[in-house]
Order: sequence, then C-alpha cells, then structure tokens
Amino acid sequence: MTIVQAKQERIEVYRFSPGVTIGVPFLALVMQAFIPVKLHFFNAFDLPLLVTIFFAVARRSQVSGCLTGAIIGIFQDALTHQPLGVYGISKSVIGYAASSLGAKIDVENPGSRLLMTFGFFLIHEALYIIVARGLVGMNLTWLWGREIRDAFANAVLAVVVFAVLDKFKQQ
Amino acid sequence: MENVISRFRNTLNLIVLMAVLLAQVLGLAIQVKRPDDGGTRLIRVWTIGLITPITRGIIHTEDWIADEWHSYVWLRNVRKENEELKDQIVQMKMDQVRLIEDANQARRLQLLLGFKEQYISGTVPAQVISTTGSEFSRAIYIDKGTNDGVKPDMPVVAPEGIVGKVLRAFPTTSLVLLINDPTSGAGVILEKSRLQGILKGAPNGSTVMQNVMADEKVGPGERILTSGGDRIFPKGLPVGTVAAVSPGQDLFLNIRVRPAATLNTLEEVLVITKIDEHAPDGVTGNEPSRRAIDILAQRLPTVAPPAPIESVPGTGAEAASGKPSPELTKPAGTAIAPTTTKPKATDVSGGATTKPTTPAGTTDKPKPVKQAEVVPASKPSTATPNPTGTTKDTQPQ
Repeated sequence: MTIVQAKQERIEVYRFSPGVTIGVPFLALVMQAFIPVKLHFFNAFDLPLLVTIFFAVARRSQVSGCLTGAIIGIFQDALTHQPLGVYGISKSVIGYAASSLGAKIDVENPGSRLLMTFGFFLIHEALYIIVARGLVGMNLTWLWGREIRDAFANAVLAVVVFAVLDKFKQQ
Repeated sequence: MENVISRFRNTLNLIVLMAVLLAQVLGLAIQVKRPDDGGTRLIRVWTIGLITPITRGIIHTEDWIADEWHSYVWLRNVRKENEELKDQIVQMKMDQVRLIEDANQARRLQLLLGFKEQYISGTVPAQVISTTGSEFSRAIYIDKGTNDGVKPDMPVVAPEGIVGKVLRAFPTTSLVLLINDPTSGAGVILEKSRLQGILKGAPNGSTVMQNVMADEKVGPGERILTSGGDRIFPKGLPVGTVAAVSPGQDLFLNIRVRPAATLNTLEEVLVITKIDEHAPDGVTGNEPSRRAIDILAQRLPTVAPPAPIESVPGTGAEAASGKPSPELTKPAGTAIAPTTTKPKATDVSGGATTKPTTPAGTTDKPKPVKQAEVVPASKPSTATPNPTGTTKDTQPQ
C-alpha cells in the first residue's frame, strides 16, 4: 500500500499484481458474455464497467483509469457487432472520472460505492447512447425506467463485487 | 512548487484523456466509413479467440454431464414418455397424410403458375456458446464457423421459427445477429392477409413489422411468415405472431410481433447453409407450354360433349373429339386391353395414379370414357394430365 500526500490528506493508493490486472477484466468479459446464455436478465449488468470503476478508484491515477477503461471497453466492443470504440470511449471517460473521484472522497464504504456506481452507470449509458447515435448512427433511445433499474442493479452488484476484489489489493 | 507540479500533472492527465478519446473517435470514423470493419478484424478475432473457447468448454462440459445424467442415471419417466411419444407418432402420421395431400395440391398449383420452389437442402446444427453481453447488441455466438461451411448472411433458424442471420464467420465460431436487434431486417408476410412488410428490432428489444399501411386490417394473433424477399430467409418460415397493432408514423401501422423462437433462451439453432431453387417435382424442361385458358377449362364446369362418333381407330377422329386412343397412349411398356373406366388424373410428380385433382363434376369429361391402362416397362412414366383429360406420356420411346 503506497501512501501519498495530497492537500494535507492521506490517500491510499493500491496496486495489483499483473495476474489480477489482466485476469480480473478478462474474467469479467468472459462472464459478461457467457452468463446471459443461461440467465438472460444478466444482460442488464455490466461487469466490465464495475471492474473499470474498481481499478480506477483503487489506483487513483487518472491516466491509468482512462487507459484501463479504454482497453476493457475496446475488448467489450470486439464482442459486439458494433464498431470498436463505442464502449471504449464511454469507459475511458468513466475510468478517468472514477479515479478523479477516488482521489477526492472516501469510496471504501458500501454506501458510497452504491451511490458512486449508480451515478457512473447512468453517465456511462448516456455517453454510450450519445456516441452510438452521434458517431455511428445507431438507433438507440434513452429509456428512463430501464436505465434507473439497471443502474440500481449494477450498484447493488458493485457492492458485492468490490468487496470480493478488495482481497486482491496489494498491501 | 507543489501546486505547480499538481497543476502540470492534471494538465498531463487531461491531455492523455483527450488523446485516448481522439484516437477512438478517429477509429470509429474510419470503421463507419469503411464497410470491411475498418481493419478491426484482428482485434475481434483475438478477443473471440480468447473468450469463446472458454464459454464453449463450459457449455460442452455442462451438456456432457447432463447427457450422462439423463442417459444413465435419471430414467424415471422414460416408460411414460415412450408411451406419449408413440401416441404422438400416431397423431403425426395422421397429420402427415393430410399434409401430403396439401403438398401435392400446392405442387400442382405451383406447376401451373410456373413457380420456383426453394428447398432447404443443407443445414448445420449449432450450439449457442456466448452472447455479446450487451443490451445494445442483440447477437449470439454459435460453435460453428467457416470450417463447418458457415458463411456470412446465412439464415439461422430454431424449430419454432427464424432466429437471425450470420453476421460474421470465424473459423470455429460465428456471430449471429438476432431478429430483435435494431440493425437487423427480414422480409415478412402476414399469413392470412398476405400483406408484406419488414421485420425489425426495436431499441427496447421487441420486434416490429414495418411498412404496412394504416388502412389495412391486421389483427392480433395472426401468424407472420418469411416472404423470401430479403434473399436471405427462404419463403414460408415461421416468424411469429402479431402481438399488438397500433397507428404508427407516416400512415403506417405499428405492428408489434411476438417472435416464434424464444430468442432469450436459445440453446441450439440450425444454420441453413444451402438453399436450392428449382421448379417443383415433375416439371421438366421438355414439357409443352400450357395456356391459361387450358387451365381454366380444366377447372370450370362444361357442357357435356356430344355422343362419341364411331370411327376407325387411327383416323384422327379421336383426337378431334378429345377422346383418348389406345394407340396414341401406348407407352414403351405393355398395354392392357382398353377398359371402360372413370378418367384418372395422374400425379405430376411421379407418374403415379392418384385421385382427381378437380372436384367432381367440374372436369370436361364427366362421363366414363374408354381409356388405356398402361403398365410401364421399366421406369415409371412422367405422364401428366392435359386439359382434355387424356394422359400424355413423356417417356422416351
């Protein structure tokens, strides 16, 4: 665990082993692709997004968060039939924003994680739809009911997933 | 000094973010402009090559365990199920007789109209191994690819109805775009009203039928079939049923469709790899062309013909009066002595004698006439009915 001094506050910056850095996003992508085959409702979740937020918040480095989001997003795009970059752009912004937020407020307790993920999920979906409509010309619409429901579901899942991933943080 | 460093770091971070976003926006622009994926195929192949073997392994292991369990361990209801299946076979045999009759009739009608039939002559069964994992991309991955003969734009169906089409084919995997994706489209037709339209996916995951005028009458529950107009799906495959109808935009109806195939829980699908298009059975290139008036004459009731004129066979009087002559219908095989029988219609598909195709009393030969019963020498003849009720043997002498 590295301690850095910023604005008279002690902020904890975590590191992860290369295995976790590569393995966890990969596992998230595999689960995201496979689980909906058996449980269709799982499409509402976005595990790669949760992983992006977790790494960005834990590392508290905006460059690292942005690049992690971009790479995970592009691989997620590669699984779809859409052009590469739609998820990439959305997750780059979320990675950057999450690491910026993580450097300013406490995001270790479940309540703040719930709220943070809820907000980031909505921003991510809005960015995705803006990019998909504006740059790719896809016919997507913002459905408030669905987005709020999915954001809440992801926020609840994030509390559990983050608690599990906390165990991989290197002291 | 700390402030300067912090400000410099923040600026640097922003520059990195902008560079990452700019690179991806440029990449998107290139991909949108170029139809061939904009050079991203390598990344897709890598990603799919890394992820699908794992999902395929999980699916196949699960199937193997389920097979072992059901084949050797869990045999509790097999006897009862066997009885039910036997009953089902009896029922299906009865249905089959009726369907054969319908099919024969349809074939004859197609023959008259000069139709070309589409036959599904090649399919590849495939298992669903993965999804795209996105609500914005409704597509699935199957465990068959170019190594199994799968190519882009091949239709994919389930026993209940159509599923989608192959969008991208990789060596061992293919990406199938489902019919409920907003970017998909299929030519469809309403079964009863025969109205044609386009089936498209809606952003919320439902499927809609477009391009049906608002003044048309369409009711919920009506079946929808493929029209064959998209040149991807063969004609006549089940698509779904009309779930709801409401006025849409621009004088068109908004028809919500309930897909026949359960797209959310697909496990096995069939990829149609080969579709043959040819004339119905029994239609050969050397048959004489038939006029519409002849076809109508065969179907409409006519005045009874005058009494037969006694004439010497072979003088041409029979032909003039429309009666068959034993000599004229004699094939290469053995001819049995002429007998007085009811005229028989001959199946166009195989030369086999079947019941008349037209209702009683609607033929132009209501009275019994003399006709030669023929027995083919070796091969069955391809005899066809002609408008005058006589048989015309097309077997080479």
